[in-house]
Amino acid sequence: MTVILNEGDSAGTTGAASGSPVDAAPEPGKAMTRGRLVLIRFMRNKLALVGLVLILGMYLMAFVGPLLSKWSYDTQDYTAFLEPPYSEHIFGTDKIGTDMFALTMRGLQKSLIIGLLVALISTTVAAIVGAAAGYFLGVADKALMWVVDLLLVLPSFLIIAILSPWFRGKSWFLLVLMLAAFQWMITARIVRGMTLTLKEREFVKAAKFMGQPARKIIAKHIVPNMASLLIIDATINVGSAVLAETGLSYFGFGVQSPDVSLGTLIGLNAESATTFPWLFLFPAGFLVVFVLAVNWVGDGLRDALDPTSTRVRRKEKKDTKEKAAS
Amino acid sequence: MAGFLLRRLVNYVVLALVATFLAFTLASATFDPIGVLQQRNPPPPAASIEAKKRDLHLDQPIPQRFVTWMGGVVQGDFGRTIADRPITDELGRRIGVSLRLFLIGITIGILFGVLLGVVSAIRQYKFSDYFATLFSFILLSTPVFVLGTLLKMGAQGINDSIGTNVLIFVGETTPGFQGNWFEHLGDRLQHLVVPTLTIALGQIAYYSRYQRSSMLDVLGSDFLRTAQAKGLTRRKALFKHGLRTALIPMATLFAFGFGLLVVGGTFTERIFGWFGMGDWLVTGISAQDTNITATVTLFVAVCVLFSGWLADVLYAALDPRIRVN
Amino acid sequence: MTTSEIQFDTPADPVVEGPVLQVEDLHVSFPSEAGRVRAVRGLSYHVSPGEVLGIVGESGSGKSVSSLAVMGLLPNSARITGSIKFQGRELIGQSDTELSRIRGRRISMVFQDPLSALTPVYTVGDQIAEAILVHRKVSKSAANKRAIELLDLVGIPNAAERAKAFPHEFSGGMRQRAVIAMAIANDPDLIIADEPTTALDVTVQAQVLQLLETAQEVTGAGIVIITHDLGVVAGFADRLMVMYAGRAVEKGKVDDIYQQPRMPYTLGLLGSIPRLDVSEKQALVPIKGQPPSLTDLPPGCPFAPRCPMVVDACHTAEPPLVDVDGSLEHAAACIRTNEIAATDAEGAEAAVEIFGAEVADEPEVAKIPREQRDVVLGLDELVKEYPVNKGVVFKRRVGTVHAVAGISFDVREGETLGLVGESGCGKTTTLMEILNLQKPQSGEISVLGTKSSEVDAKRRFAIRRDMSVVFQDPMASLDPRLTIHDCIAEPMQVHGYSKADINRRVPELMSLVGLRPEQLSRYPGEFSGGQRQRIGIARALALEPKLVVLDEPVSALDVSIQAGVINLLEELKSKLGLAYLFVAHDLSVVRHIADRVAVMYLGKIIEIGEVDSVFDAPRHPYTQALLSAIPIPDPVKERQRERIILTGDLPSPANPPSGCRFRTRCFLHAQLPPEKQRTCIEVEPPREVQAPDHEAACHFAQVRQVL
Repeated sequence: MTVILNEGDSAGTTGAASGSPVDAAPEPGKAMTRGRLVLIRFMRNKLALVGLVLILGMYLMAFVGPLLSKWSYDTQDYTAFLEPPYSEHIFGTDKIGTDMFALTMRGLQKSLIIGLLVALISTTVAAIVGAAAGYFLGVADKALMWVVDLLLVLPSFLIIAILSPWFRGKSWFLLVLMLAAFQWMITARIVRGMTLTLKEREFVKAAKFMGQPARKIIAKHIVPNMASLLIIDATINVGSAVLAETGLSYFGFGVQSPDVSLGTLIGLNAESATTFPWLFLFPAGFLVVFVLAVNWVGDGLRDALDPTSTRVRRKEKKDTKEKAAS
Repeated sequence: MAGFLLRRLVNYVVLALVATFLAFTLASATFDPIGVLQQRNPPPPAASIEAKKRDLHLDQPIPQRFVTWMGGVVQGDFGRTIADRPITDELGRRIGVSLRLFLIGITIGILFGVLLGVVSAIRQYKFSDYFATLFSFILLSTPVFVLGTLLKMGAQGINDSIGTNVLIFVGETTPGFQGNWFEHLGDRLQHLVVPTLTIALGQIAYYSRYQRSSMLDVLGSDFLRTAQAKGLTRRKALFKHGLRTALIPMATLFAFGFGLLVVGGTFTERIFGWFGMGDWLVTGISAQDTNITATVTLFVAVCVLFSGWLADVLYAALDPRIRVN
Repeated sequence: MTTSEIQFDTPADPVVEGPVLQVEDLHVSFPSEAGRVRAVRGLSYHVSPGEVLGIVGESGSGKSVSSLAVMGLLPNSARITGSIKFQGRELIGQSDTELSRIRGRRISMVFQDPLSALTPVYTVGDQIAEAILVHRKVSKSAANKRAIELLDLVGIPNAAERAKAFPHEFSGGMRQRAVIAMAIANDPDLIIADEPTTALDVTVQAQVLQLLETAQEVTGAGIVIITHDLGVVAGFADRLMVMYAGRAVEKGKVDDIYQQPRMPYTLGLLGSIPRLDVSEKQALVPIKGQPPSLTDLPPGCPFAPRCPMVVDACHTAEPPLVDVDGSLEHAAACIRTNEIAATDAEGAEAAVEIFGAEVADEPEVAKIPREQRDVVLGLDELVKEYPVNKGVVFKRRVGTVHAVAGISFDVREGETLGLVGESGCGKTTTLMEILNLQKPQSGEISVLGTKSSEVDAKRRFAIRRDMSVVFQDPMASLDPRLTIHDCIAEPMQVHGYSKADINRRVPELMSLVGLRPEQLSRYPGEFSGGQRQRIGIARALALEPKLVVLDEPVSALDVSIQAGVINLLEELKSKLGLAYLFVAHDLSVVRHIADRVAVMYLGKIIEIGEVDSVFDAPRHPYTQALLSAIPIPDPVKERQRERIILTGDLPSPANPPSGCRFRTRCFLHAQLPPEKQRTCIEVEPPREVQAPDHEAACHFAQVRQVL
């Protein structure tokens, strides 16, 4: 019942450079390297490029922006309460006179860091567990499948929310671990599915029959051949992690004060959104644009890395099938 | 076939029990209701704290507490809240409120999602496809709490421009509303529009993406070519052979989509002040109330599993290859 | 059965005078990342009523694209120019609605892959009935009745019952029959069959080809049959068109083309096919290089870079298709046709002469009598069974698949054993058992005298040095993330060779398989199928094994590439004294390369022995059927051959027939008197010596020549 089933079984590894629908054989000497091809495909996707620029810009802004502003997130301007944006406070101020720009940047910092860390941890865990489960099958595999099933029934949101009283007042890094702990399973299941297909591929069998130990087969043949999937998934996971974190923080189950994240800011100000829109719109805007950018980049990466999903390839796939059968 | 569905059902019941047990255990282990009680001002007398501990069975080990609670659940008694009110009193009304939101939302979501996905796939790389893609990308990137608030702002804007409160976004009904059955319906509808839209938009975006990709897979298939080769027009082949086959993978998504819906519903209920199950969960966790939390978890688990089971049934109905096994 | 109101016309009433299909100067191109692909470039041909035109070409030659253009089924991105006239009516430029009235009614099509050609969610009967309902105003029940009649006509037993089945409940051969039933449902005037038998086993191929002939008789339609296999069309087609790089390079009457090919490419194709009917060692013609890219073709003849007769003039302009030998019906696109005509030899022999192919020498070791050579691989009563489980939570065993049911053979030093059989016969399972080197469920596998049941992990690892494998799919057998150097070096790294040794040996291996060592830093994606297969062979030879297991090593390659790889394998065997276990379904290739052959059916070896003895004097009815099903690329011989058509499908290996496993489909069994039949049913035939080094497992074995 995995949601991204259809991505799971596309191996995404063929590196043939030719893109014609009738001639699958690459020309000798004219072949592009895979890296270049991926880059060309990615660059062609305008939205993905925009997304990439936005993401980089936001990380830059979150960490450099506060240095350029004369207001800090923990000081108040007692001459400006609940002011809409104007030259002095470009994002306006809240009801105790804190500069919304400084606050938003502070929240953005936390959300972005959490997103990045969670994605890195969860994708790494997913790659290892998924590949091992798929290659060795057996008990570990059964356990993994079962845990994923359970997670469908018991949304991770609910579990972390229940556990929130426990990490209240402790480091936000605990939240990162919690989020990562519940985000790797679905990716792991996709990785498992791909491992099952890769395991049947002849180059993996060849390695096995020449005496290559299983551990090395996973490290040398299986994981590298899933690199595309892992990169795509890690990207998408940054977005999901930010969404999960802000969702929890919105209710006060995630990032706890004195830390602020985009989620806590939105949660705090959603009530007054109709009257003091700037309190809500700036953090919400950053959140939406960031996640959107991540999704665009993820989509662009998928098109570029997974040749079966691009427009020309779709037709070509049909013809390679014809070739393989003849 | 019936055997298969029955086995799945048993499997789901077991999963639901495990999920509830897990939630109950986690909640019991992390919640500290006595601590909350002691922070009251003035602090309650030691004797009443002791009594509370007994009432909440805090003197028992957690598995035993679960068994006690579950024993009650089987007889229709979901225990009492910390504030000592029977959960069962509120349960029915809250379930009604949530289900109304969920069911309408998911129906609209699936219908329009599938439609949008199909149109998008058939008109791949044309303007309507780009537009639909952009639409769903933006919606999928917008968390429910932002979307809900934005819609609320939009509704406020509409109301302001019309000069009267057409779209009401607080509560699910006007308190103390007087009128006949028809006027009641109208009042409910006024309350329903914005929250339902909040739920439905996300669902539309979610289903349309998958429908699009599943339809695209089918578009290149040999059997679609065969259908055209025997004389069906492309359009007819697309709908009769293509769409019918492309719907199969959608059935499996159904259960997962429902999980998302429940989480989204929690936000929606909070934003629009509907006192449903999602709202209760937040209240329960904030009050560190194990019984409320466990009850909501059980509800969520049953909902997700029922939809999972429904997905199995749908899958079997749609795909003859499954039916035989 | 009462006949329904829908009937075929009498075949002898031509609707329109002149050709059914007239294609003139057809061009088709597609957009691609590398530029516009000109898939079809100026193609002209015609099909007369009742005539069978064969279109032959390799992948990428434009043969399928041109026929999809006729059907109007190309994607919108395709740009089509020229003229396609069907019964005098122009089809290019017609709307989808207009074309849909012709498709399925007047022109119908049979596709290559029957497994995916039917919609999985509707019953077979409904899908055939739909073909009728789209075009005729008849009641649903009349259409259903007609669908059952059609299924019966194409040879589906219990048609009324089977019409209610879904496609996944049909075997590949039965699905192709259903597709043919659909194609003839409306009594069309033209049937286009696009590689209709490529995905099928040989015995099923014979059934389907026979069915197509029946279909033509019933409908009187003109047929265009597209194939890459010169054998398939030899006996069936009236005229032939050979395509290369989007153009027709030769066309004419079938006999003319096979006997007097006038274009070097046709010549090469004919010379590159191993012949089933030739017992002396035949030299296979390898065509060097690979088909050109269709994005930017250089001026001149597109075949020039691969042509042994190329002269400077070939590069200046693309030669037009001109009549040769003073015949109006035979045309070739080559400027040197006269010189080809001047050679004395005919067909394939001319190819050998012009392309200069050679027969590899016998290996030294082959001079020692077979009995005195070492046994490299021995199988003794090997058994492999799989449990059939049911249930999701509690699995219970409901049956057993007897994939390999006790087989024995040995491979000796310096010899090639061909292991042949159709899909589902257990040859792949046997192969995997050998390669896994685990203790068999029953029986014994021994490599160089070491029994797999008695070895520990360390010894097993050591055995792996002596035995390597080459797989079927050149696309999948090399890790796309490793450079060629790393691919070839991997076995040596695993077995602890020093870095210096590896770096010295890898370029050696590259030269050995005929590739340039400069390409070592490239990735597999940059090589063609044939080159990749050579790299796979280089990797298999890295550890200097005694035995190479070859799993269908050439079946995924185009014929012109295939010959090169076969020649390489023979050369290596002779040079290095290797022993091969060659698993294949293509008996022609096996006859060419193998010294001995073992034929498998349903998990058993039913005939084994010296290759010429088995092929020239087959004793087992299955071997006879198998051999007779294989088309020979010689129209004269092919028309004279009597084909043994097997009935029905392969029984399930989970429930094999008692006694002789082949008896349910055996033509010999069917003719026996009842008391003899009982022997077949009750007693499993043992393998008995029939001739020197020739054993067969049949109670009533007798020689029958089928070639």
